[in-house]
Amino acid sequence: MALDWEFITKYAPLYVEAAKLTVFIAFWGILLALVVGILCSAAQYYRVPVARQVIAAYIELSRNTPLLVQLFFLYFGLPNLGIVLSGKACAIIGIAFLGGSYMAETLRSGLESIDKSQAESAASLGFGKWLTMKEIIFPQAFAVSVPGICANVIFLIKETSVVSGIALADLMYVAKDLIGLYYQTDEALTMLVIAYLAILLPVSLLATLLERRLRHAGFGN
Amino acid sequence: MATENTIQLEVSGLRKTFGNDIILNGVDLTVRKGEVVVILGSSGCGKSTLLRCINGLEPTDGGSIRIDGEEVTSGGRNLTQLRQKIGMVFQSYDLFPHKNILDNVTLAPVKVQKRTKDDAREEAEQLLRRVGLWEKRKAYPRELSGGQKQRVAIVRALCMNPEIMLFDEVTAALDPEMVREVLDVMLELAEGGMTMLIVTHEMQFARAVADRIVFLDEGKILENLPAETFFTNPKTQRAKDFLQTFEFRKETS
Amino acid sequence: MQGSGINVLFLGRNFARLLEGLWVTMRISIIAVLLSIPLGILFGMFMTLRHPVAKAVSRVYLEFIRIMPQLVLLFIAYFGVTRAFGWNWSADFSAVLVFTLWGTAEMGDLVRGALQSIPRHQYDSAAALGMTKWQTFIYIIVPQTLRRLLPPTINLTTRMIKTTSLVVLIGITEVLKVGKQIIDVNRFVYPTASLWVYGAVFVLYFLACWPISVLARQLEKRWR
Repeated sequence: MALDWEFITKYAPLYVEAAKLTVFIAFWGILLALVVGILCSAAQYYRVPVARQVIAAYIELSRNTPLLVQLFFLYFGLPNLGIVLSGKACAIIGIAFLGGSYMAETLRSGLESIDKSQAESAASLGFGKWLTMKEIIFPQAFAVSVPGICANVIFLIKETSVVSGIALADLMYVAKDLIGLYYQTDEALTMLVIAYLAILLPVSLLATLLERRLRHAGFGN
Repeated sequence: MATENTIQLEVSGLRKTFGNDIILNGVDLTVRKGEVVVILGSSGCGKSTLLRCINGLEPTDGGSIRIDGEEVTSGGRNLTQLRQKIGMVFQSYDLFPHKNILDNVTLAPVKVQKRTKDDAREEAEQLLRRVGLWEKRKAYPRELSGGQKQRVAIVRALCMNPEIMLFDEVTAALDPEMVREVLDVMLELAEGGMTMLIVTHEMQFARAVADRIVFLDEGKILENLPAETFFTNPKTQRAKDFLQTFEFRKETS
Repeated sequence: MQGSGINVLFLGRNFARLLEGLWVTMRISIIAVLLSIPLGILFGMFMTLRHPVAKAVSRVYLEFIRIMPQLVLLFIAYFGVTRAFGWNWSADFSAVLVFTLWGTAEMGDLVRGALQSIPRHQYDSAAALGMTKWQTFIYIIVPQTLRRLLPPTINLTTRMIKTTSLVVLIGITEVLKVGKQIIDVNRFVYPTASLWVYGAVFVLYFLACWPISVLARQLEKRWR
């Protein structure tokens, strides 16, 4: 496979721009997803009435539908209800909606893995509910959840590739454009793969390091 | 011993049920300042539940528990206040695995009692030195043996300056050779005048440490006697049978 | 005349067309899952081999498939391979191929995990009973592995169904595309059609995946 280097150097900047968009959407989407996940998992852990059922329903809906379909509904469907969102906003909300349930499930199982006796021994030292959560339960649950959270982060970055479906000029969009316009398929795809590797490999490496570090510092009473 | 002192803990008519099972069926118990009371009884007699109720970890179904005249109610507003007067040590140590030993000990004094870090640290040092674990202050719980962890757990409770200490089978999960180091710490505490309520299966230790033995059976107090009297001359058949189970004799001859 | 968008769903064969569109992706997922299971079992066993080359090869394959978005893999198969080798693969074929490759990697990793989760002493005690390697595998290892494998394998199916929704982006006419056609045709009569049509697609996917997820969860609970 002989690559046309002139083509590559000419269009590489397009990929850089597109990669920025991909990272932008992934960053804000994942951050929101974490917030959603923390809130949902806490509400489920404390068995907050009503909220608990609503969250359970949300998690089922979010986990059992494809992101692309969620995005189509947000981007093309919602304007009929007077809710008009930009493509970027839809993408970020979509990633947060999808990722929120994944984060919630990961964090909830982390919370549930912490022995009830931890809360009791904190209580016996005079810790209130909030202090117990903040100082004892959550830090441990979070550490337990790190591998799961990392897996979710990588999964969600990959999922951003579908935002080209609502006409956002992300990496997929640029690649498809170049293929359509110039038939330089090999070059367009090579740059696409490299761009994704450039984003995902460091994240994946960081995740491995973090996990190893945590396993090394493995708690366990 | 100081039996003339003020009443520190007063349990009266305490009832506790789990579904249809009656765990505590009208328990009356008074513990005075400086007294060491050991609760004995076969497993399932409600000993641990009694301690957990006293610390407000279990909601009760009747009767009252008073510490210094103040009512303990599970989930009550003043519970966290009251709990600072009660130190509790569990069978499973339950140190906080994400904190090192020093932080385990100073966390509650700083966060709950709002004492300064230096103040808490100073007291922690004193206590940790007393149990011979100051050198381990930077270690994490997982790096300690069971006996060491349990000694830290005792120190952690002591650092809150409680008025009464509850010990819930604190040696039950330990390897035999580590039991001693924990019991020694408790003996020392008792000699120092700490008010203690102890649940244990170590009969020899109970006899050595206790001022009074409370024998619990099927949720009721059957005997409440000075330690020596209980071991040499128990009143009820149940208590005699119970003590029998700890005797081993070669019955061949 | 402008009508409520919901009516568009029941106009003519519209709803049936949506279902047919869903079937297009469902069929791709079913074929891919059916191929992935046997291939994944083989791949998983291959991964447990102690041979360094086998390890390296399976590792690279697994990591590459895992780290690339599935859409990128689809593009490579559909646009890239077609041109590079002059093979004229249909979009459907590319999709089945990519999802089978992906499913094999995922299934293989599940199988590897399940095989390696069997404690060493299970092998030892079987050997102590005088069982041959093959007997140990058939009577001791496989039954235990299957239990661990079934729930995640069922889950893989829902993941597959969700992921195959991507094929619309390489031009396969599936449920989203059919939906768009319906919306376009009815643009002037039912301007709010997109809300209802995409809402319906959302619900259809949910109805396809949810029961399978529930089944997987039940099995997992029962077999824990």
